[in-house]
Amino acid sequence: MPKVTSLRETDTPGCGTSTDVLTYNQMVVDMLRDPEADALFKALSDSTRRDILVRTLHVDHSVSELSRLYPMSFAAVQKHVATLERAGLVTKEKQGREQLVRTNIDSIRKTQRLLEGIEEMWRGRLDRFGEALKDSEQGDNG
Amino acid sequence: MTVTKVETDRKALTMTVTAHYDAPIERVWQLWADPRLLERWWGPPTYPATVTEHDLSPGGRVKYFMTGPGGDTPGGWWRVIAVDEPHRIEFEDGFADAEGNPDPGLPTTRNTVTIAPDGDRVRMTIEATFGSIEAMEEILTMGAEEGMRQAVGQIDALLTQLAGSEAEVGS
Repeated sequence: MPKVTSLRETDTPGCGTSTDVLTYNQMVVDMLRDPEADALFKALSDSTRRDILVRTLHVDHSVSELSRLYPMSFAAVQKHVATLERAGLVTKEKQGREQLVRTNIDSIRKTQRLLEGIEEMWRGRLDRFGEALKDSEQGDNG
Repeated sequence: MTVTKVETDRKALTMTVTAHYDAPIERVWQLWADPRLLERWWGPPTYPATVTEHDLSPGGRVKYFMTGPGGDTPGGWWRVIAVDEPHRIEFEDGFADAEGNPDPGLPTTRNTVTIAPDGDRVRMTIEATFGSIEAMEEILTMGAEEGMRQAVGQIDALLTQLAGSEAEVGS
């Protein structure tokens, strides 16, 4: 996640400048266009996968443990885990003969940042809207 | 600062931004209805928008591209769902491919714009619904889960950090 990493490095608390905001708006565009973001949303669109994420947030689960929790085959659960892993939402760690699955908190933060970025984008737009409104009024009067 | 309120409703999966303006409703509407005026505010200063197609009737399309400092031209589109001039417009907005056509692989947002008198001012409200982000929002609302509390705490810390840059908007 190169874009997210670079944001974290440059985002200094309490030192916001207008340049930061512009960078931030652009970051949202970059993030939304990022194929990775798409994989993230698609992976989250399934309720079983969301349940796996919540369960593996604090406690690691093996794929076979997870497969006992759902009315589906081991292979089907394994496929869900693979989708989550491709989206960066979980990590897998080999322990003996098992693969332990754990939620990647950074990916949740990434989506939260995305939401905040969208809010920031609209704030910027509506402020510019006000400026354009003033200009259009002056144009009419003159 | 024109933005007077921002609300994020995680359960309804919407974000609402409210702004107040000192102008007649018709003039506020013009900023949506006139593509040259729309270009003035849609894109950030570093990425000004150029509107290439603009049809604000139901089913109509708006197409635009933005020009970045490096000469890159990311494109976007709206699909107009409903219009009640000069009070309301509802549209889906998303990213375009290199030809300016909707890119089905990228997420879209559904927006409802409401323009109404509020005392001697005009209140404009944008309600954005994030189709593809809703799943993540659902996870965030599962905050009661013990493990999730920690995650939400970390997110709150992040939001505080982000508030620093927000304060500069509109100044």
